[in-house]
Amino acid sequence: MRAPSPVRVVATHAALVAITAATIFPVLWVLKMALSPSQSFTMSANPLPTEVSTANFAAVLGTQDATGAWLFGRQLFNSLVVSGVTAALGVALACTAGYALSRWSFPGRDRMMGAFLLTQMFPGVVMAIPLYLLLDTLGLLDSLTGLVLVYSTTTVPFATWNLKGYFDTIPKDLEEAAMLDGASRWVTFTRVILPLARPAIVVTALFAFMTAWNEFILAATLMGDERAYTLPVVLNGYVGEFGAEWGNFAAGAILVSLPVTALFFVLQRHLVEGLTAGGVKG
Amino acid sequence: MATLSFAGVEKRYGAVQVLHRVDLEVADGEFIVLVGPSGCGKSTLLRCIAGLEEITGGELRIDGRRVNDTAPRDRDVAMVFQSYALYPHMTVRENMGFALSLQKHPEAVARVADAAQMLGLTHLLDRFPRELSGGQRQRVAMGRAIVRRPKVFLFDEPLSNLDASLRNSVRVELRRQHAALRTTTVYVTHDQTEALTLADRIVVLNGGIVQQVGTPDELYFEPRNRFVAGFIGSPGMNFLERVADDVVGVRPNDVRIGAGPHEATVEVVEKLGFEAMVHLRVGTEVLVARVEGAVPSGTVRVDFARAYRFDRATGERRG
Repeated sequence: MRAPSPVRVVATHAALVAITAATIFPVLWVLKMALSPSQSFTMSANPLPTEVSTANFAAVLGTQDATGAWLFGRQLFNSLVVSGVTAALGVALACTAGYALSRWSFPGRDRMMGAFLLTQMFPGVVMAIPLYLLLDTLGLLDSLTGLVLVYSTTTVPFATWNLKGYFDTIPKDLEEAAMLDGASRWVTFTRVILPLARPAIVVTALFAFMTAWNEFILAATLMGDERAYTLPVVLNGYVGEFGAEWGNFAAGAILVSLPVTALFFVLQRHLVEGLTAGGVKG
Repeated sequence: MATLSFAGVEKRYGAVQVLHRVDLEVADGEFIVLVGPSGCGKSTLLRCIAGLEEITGGELRIDGRRVNDTAPRDRDVAMVFQSYALYPHMTVRENMGFALSLQKHPEAVARVADAAQMLGLTHLLDRFPRELSGGQRQRVAMGRAIVRRPKVFLFDEPLSNLDASLRNSVRVELRRQHAALRTTTVYVTHDQTEALTLADRIVVLNGGIVQQVGTPDELYFEPRNRFVAGFIGSPGMNFLERVADDVVGVRPNDVRIGAGPHEATVEVVEKLGFEAMVHLRVGTEVLVARVEGAVPSGTVRVDFARAYRFDRATGERRG
């Protein structure tokens, strides 16, 4: 193979450096703000922290409510529960629904798939008021159950589409072989189909988790009590109408992104498999 | 060990009828080959035995028990798929033992070991299907069926994904397995050579209709109609449309070159070492002759050692 020309090498590296800088700079900048002892919005060319203080982190982590209970812990718990349950519920329902939609044709199947797609087309803002009224009637405002239900209305259809698409790629022969081997439909599903769909299930669960974890508008609308807040709502509170605590906001932003980053890190192997799955025939 | 009995078995998909009144008795331990061109209904018939397709008319019995409405898992039949359909997430050992593990069978481990030994798979037991060659996967698929000791083995074109030399050796292997196990077997192929070499009896299907059932010799020497005559044997039977009232059929082996009533011109010679295929023109028609030894050229006289006669309209054999 011929070595590429020096000009090309330099140009390639220059472009890569520029792109890398553009990607990393904002992150470093937020880190710098989080570590700075002030709450001001500092703009500087140097993204590296000049002073290091953990005061902002301590302030965010240590928030308390009126009764003196640990508020941040409560809110972190809210976010984890809402996102975790949304993901688990979404995937559990989508696995069975997606499998049925993939393997059986029944009256209304295509309409159902169409309706599922339709739910993805409305932004949260549009649904905020009707959902507020619905939850109010059901007595589920300020409740995590209510928020999980609301998130599931969008994650379940999305997850169902995703998993149905993956089930479509699993050859029917495998199920037929299992049924001849003496497996019932359920055993075939749990012992043959689900293990094969694992990469897709992981990716779908992660997407559902992240959607719920990052969602702000509906959470802000439906959760009035600060003890029911999820973390995005908490973050928003630091940059209010009458003043902004940029240091706390930055520290909070980093804290909020840590669990998702960790999850990505743990699941990255499955993630790559899941994203490429279907492209290669096993 | 089991018999199979088909009485007027039919299969329809809506208005389309893919199997027409199949009547067939399969004896215990018999090796039956279903053969025919693609779309003839042979795979559908096999899938009906497995229970993967529902029968829409008639009656199917396995060992005397009516199974029309029996689920696949309750029929005690094992099937080797064209794609092998090995479970990708299980090792060879788990693939072969899957059925017995579902039953919590006490001999599961020993039976898998025995079958692996028999098929030369012992050293591959902990591999995954993706780590195996095509031939090895094929043997695992066979092993998965053998381990179960089912009443009936079903094979759906199991050799079609193998290369030619491997296909020959697996064919011999299949014959050997059947001689040892004597399990009733139904085997689907579109390859008439496989049918002739493997079968105790062959069922020729065309357009969802059974054309003839018989031993390889019966089908080869006494075809009931023009379709069977043309399908069985390689190269196929010559059909001469214009030398008599009926269509005249002649096997390439039965064409004698030297003396005879017909004048022919040698057009093409395909040499195959020991023998040659000589393409002759008789009037406006073309005829293939299998010739051993000296290859003729130019204009020759031709005679037929044996000729079959088929009805021009129906294709039925008339002599």
